[in-house]
Amino acid sequence: MRRGLRSAIGIASAGALIALAGCTTDPSVEPAEGDGGAQEEAPAEEWFDQEVYDKQFKQREVEPEGPDDKPYLQMINPEMKDTSEFKSEGGKKMCFANASISNPWRQTGWITMNEQLKELKKNGVITEMETRDAQDNDDTQIADIDYFIAEGNCDGFIISPNSTAAITPAVERACKTDKPVIVFDRGVETDCAVTFIHPIGGFAWGIDTAQFLIDNLKEGDKVVALRILPGVDVLEQRWAAADKLFSEAGIEVVDYFAEGDPAEIKKVVSDELAKGDVQGIWMDAGDGAVSAIEAFEDAGKDYPVMTGEDELSFLRKWKETEMTALAPVYTNFQWRTPLLAAEKIFQGEEVPSEWVLPQSPITAEDLDEYLERNEGMPDGHYAKFGGEDLPGFPEVWQERVIP
Amino acid sequence: MNPRTPETHLGDGGLRRLLGRAADPRGAVVVLLIAILIAIVVLNPGFAEPGALMRFIQRVSPVAIVAIGQYFVIVSGEFDLSMGAVVTAQVMTAGHLIGEDDSKTVPVLIIMLIIGIVVGIVNGLATTLLRVPSFIVTLGTMLLIHGAVMWWTGGAATGNPAESFRQLGRGGFEGLPILDLLPYAVLILLAVIVFGVWISRRPFGRTLVAIGDNAEAVAFAGANVWRTKTLAFVLSSLSATVAGVLLAGYAGVHPSVGQGYEFTAITAVVLGGVVLGGGRGTVVGALIGAFTLESLFTLLNFTSVPATMRDAIQGAIIIAAVAYSGVVFAKKRKRPAASANTTSANEPRDPSTTSAGESSPIQLTGGDGAARE
Amino acid sequence: MKSRLRRLDTTALVYLALIGVLIIGAVLIATTGRNFFSPGNIRDILTGMSVLGFVAIGQTLVILGASLDLSVPYVMSLASLVAAQTMSGDDAMVVPAVLLTLVVTAGIGLANGLIVTVLGVHGFVATLGVGLMLKGYLDTTYQGTEGSVPWSFQLFGATGIGPVPISTFIMLALAGLVAFILVRTRFGHHLFAVGGNSEVARLSGVRQRLPLIGAHIGSSVCAGLAGLLLASRLGVGSPTVGSQGSYDLLSIAAVVLGGTVLMGGRGSIWGTIGGVAIFAVLDNLMSVMQFNPFLKDVIRGLVIIIALALYARRRVIARRVRFTRSPTDSTTAAGPAPDRNPAPDHERSQG
Repeated sequence: MRRGLRSAIGIASAGALIALAGCTTDPSVEPAEGDGGAQEEAPAEEWFDQEVYDKQFKQREVEPEGPDDKPYLQMINPEMKDTSEFKSEGGKKMCFANASISNPWRQTGWITMNEQLKELKKNGVITEMETRDAQDNDDTQIADIDYFIAEGNCDGFIISPNSTAAITPAVERACKTDKPVIVFDRGVETDCAVTFIHPIGGFAWGIDTAQFLIDNLKEGDKVVALRILPGVDVLEQRWAAADKLFSEAGIEVVDYFAEGDPAEIKKVVSDELAKGDVQGIWMDAGDGAVSAIEAFEDAGKDYPVMTGEDELSFLRKWKETEMTALAPVYTNFQWRTPLLAAEKIFQGEEVPSEWVLPQSPITAEDLDEYLERNEGMPDGHYAKFGGEDLPGFPEVWQERVIP
Repeated sequence: MNPRTPETHLGDGGLRRLLGRAADPRGAVVVLLIAILIAIVVLNPGFAEPGALMRFIQRVSPVAIVAIGQYFVIVSGEFDLSMGAVVTAQVMTAGHLIGEDDSKTVPVLIIMLIIGIVVGIVNGLATTLLRVPSFIVTLGTMLLIHGAVMWWTGGAATGNPAESFRQLGRGGFEGLPILDLLPYAVLILLAVIVFGVWISRRPFGRTLVAIGDNAEAVAFAGANVWRTKTLAFVLSSLSATVAGVLLAGYAGVHPSVGQGYEFTAITAVVLGGVVLGGGRGTVVGALIGAFTLESLFTLLNFTSVPATMRDAIQGAIIIAAVAYSGVVFAKKRKRPAASANTTSANEPRDPSTTSAGESSPIQLTGGDGAARE
Repeated sequence: MKSRLRRLDTTALVYLALIGVLIIGAVLIATTGRNFFSPGNIRDILTGMSVLGFVAIGQTLVILGASLDLSVPYVMSLASLVAAQTMSGDDAMVVPAVLLTLVVTAGIGLANGLIVTVLGVHGFVATLGVGLMLKGYLDTTYQGTEGSVPWSFQLFGATGIGPVPISTFIMLALAGLVAFILVRTRFGHHLFAVGGNSEVARLSGVRQRLPLIGAHIGSSVCAGLAGLLLASRLGVGSPTVGSQGSYDLLSIAAVVLGGTVLMGGRGSIWGTIGGVAIFAVLDNLMSVMQFNPFLKDVIRGLVIIIALALYARRRVIARRVRFTRSPTDSTTAAGPAPDRNPAPDHERSQG
């Protein structure tokens, strides 16, 4: 800290102010431990990481531990962690710093989370959850977390980071309060959180989907990859794994960013079909999948082999067309788990330090089952939302009531 | 004040017309459009087949219709940034209310038209009577409409609307001779073009251009500025409504449909030689701009440009096209200016007045008007 | 003297609105059992103000010059990356990195300015195009967050005096500096003149290009400073951090909310700061009240329209008075938009 301060004084204009600030600095803001955190080397240019890839490759095959009928409590290769230091009686207040609810996947999860919250409130485990939504903005989320630390009176934090590296310092500050911190969905570059809840990961998605396409296509076939946008780690990892496997298998692949806009997707696919035949469609998220299929219909071409997502619009179209397809899943029921983890932590029960939830794709055999289970749900709903045993089911999801 | 439509540019006859066409920025855009289309055909000969061309026009229709709507607003000196949100709202409304029920198609269409008209009236009245700059009004309505529709639908509509409704944007007459197929969207686009050209030649359209050129003068001349402008905003949001109907059919229902349409529309209009700040431009120009922009995207799909570089290329082309038209206008002004009054004599030194100057309050009523015959 | 009073009025109105929002905020937040004026809450508001404030100061410059800057989000992202990569965790590189960032952003501003003035492309199109080009570059070159900011530089975003972040002080200092430049220097007077009425400015011997180029450089540099602040808060550079906040449209809205006329030639930096503050308080209020994020957008939209409708009504009245006093003004400054005010001669007369 002192070394840091000395250099800071070197910054000509702000020097004096910062020196003064040394006495009155906001107590919650402190440098990272040692040289860690933000002092780390710049992340690699490429998203592909062989080590993580291998790990996720293996985790796909692991039989998860935990109750069969409660997938949101299952865990893969858990390393349990003692939480007795957090054990305490009474109802707790949780503070939730959410990245956003700007896409149907996050909206569905957010609905499920709130139903879970109602359940826990009824049991008196949690009295209140205060939520701040960062609307996809890193800077806002950092401010949200700092606000919770200063003003929230929180008994625990739940953080769904907007991005990995940028939110890391703020999560570290939350950890310094000695209250339990639960991180889920995207990760951060620190293990100070009590538990980090996430499905297996982006590489697993890429492996499942690319493997499926490779199995159903032959060398030299062409795949169009439809991607949302560049630079988002969870999406880039899906693509990194798939791209590697495609090139190894000799599949020709071209990728486009369409931001999940069906109009854009349809144009891209139509143009690809005008250029020549396309045998496969790969997506890094299922938004707009139906319009990609409709582009084949309108062009009078045979349906491709396709991987979408467990969004109902895609599952319904898949059923209707009986095409060869796979619906990979970025486990939506993970939105329930953080609150249940909080319950366990306050009871002093062990939780895994990295809580890996199962992430198994919906295959042709499962399709009917999932369609039946989600009958009456809107098209933007996700089949593996995992809220069937909550009291609001099914109306709350059917009406899409967003608190 | 003599409200003239810039069509008169092309009406001079003889050699001058020929030169005029080549140098006219709108002519330049036509050249660019043809060049892009030829490049597409070279890369992919199948594109020139009637069926493929019809599909291409079908795909451009929503953008072209939105650009024509935006034209009316821009030529009157205003902006409509709420278009994208209106498109999204209409697509979501269709998906949410119609569902699988064919009989709801007509009532919901009426509701959508009413939404479109109401948005236009609000934008127009806030701009004219409340005198809030349209850039800000429509920025406000953009946030408002988008937020409201997301709030109402929970971010995802129930599903795609009934097939009969989607046919408008997706289907067409098939098996025709020569054309092979004629999408309904192409017919709707034709109708919009005919209506747009017709109304722009009516007193309404001429007054609108005049307002964009010099609103005070038009007001002094006794025209009703606020009513004319409000009508322009209504036309704009109605065009977004029509585009929404077509997109719900063409692409399906999703909250990201319509995102960024306001900037696409403005870009198309500007490419087509319509000047921001108002007073100059034509419906056909806006239409050509839309086709140029969309065929550029198509060309990029046919070449192996990295997906991430598309935006950069789009940005460079917009600037180049508008800069070119600016320079040409400046040159065109040079000629009459040489013999004209002293005000214009200074102008050749400063081509910036063509466009940068357009946005400034004074419309260079003297020199500029003279230069534009 | 009288005209000075009127200008004060516009800014005063902005601050009256701000006080109104503050009172509403304090009352509503009190109903949730919180204290609006607690240090944590004040810091939340001021932090929200700082980034948008930097951008809006720059945006005020270009809007005064009757242009626009839509490229700011991408300039911010690029600035955060240039800074974080150059620093690369090294304290000694802080100053070079800051300087390099400012040079790079000034270069972008120069390009914007030249395209607008020399090529004669409308500011909307020019900066939209440059923004798209930058976006293409960012998307192609960077695959996510990169670089790292040393602790000493993170203090810029993380430290405060009491509840007030250092970045807010710097932002206000910058506002003071720019306000001084606008009111006291030739550049400022010429910018007002060019923005208010470029033809008259030209006839009175003001070079039109230089002030506008300067304004664009200023806007990009301010966006660069905002990018530096973001890099300091994030600890890394991010290719999407600028577009995440839609700072382009929000900064324009804040500038206009602060009483600056979108068509140029009239407005003030302090009004802009007031506009930024209104947005920050509003955001804070809605976050504390845990509004649905979609509803937040609805309210932002409503506030923008209603607030400006109120201002504009007042300005119309002000103008009517002017019309009776100097009828010639209305003919010289007749413009395409009816809401456009005759450029106030007091501002130009300072030149």
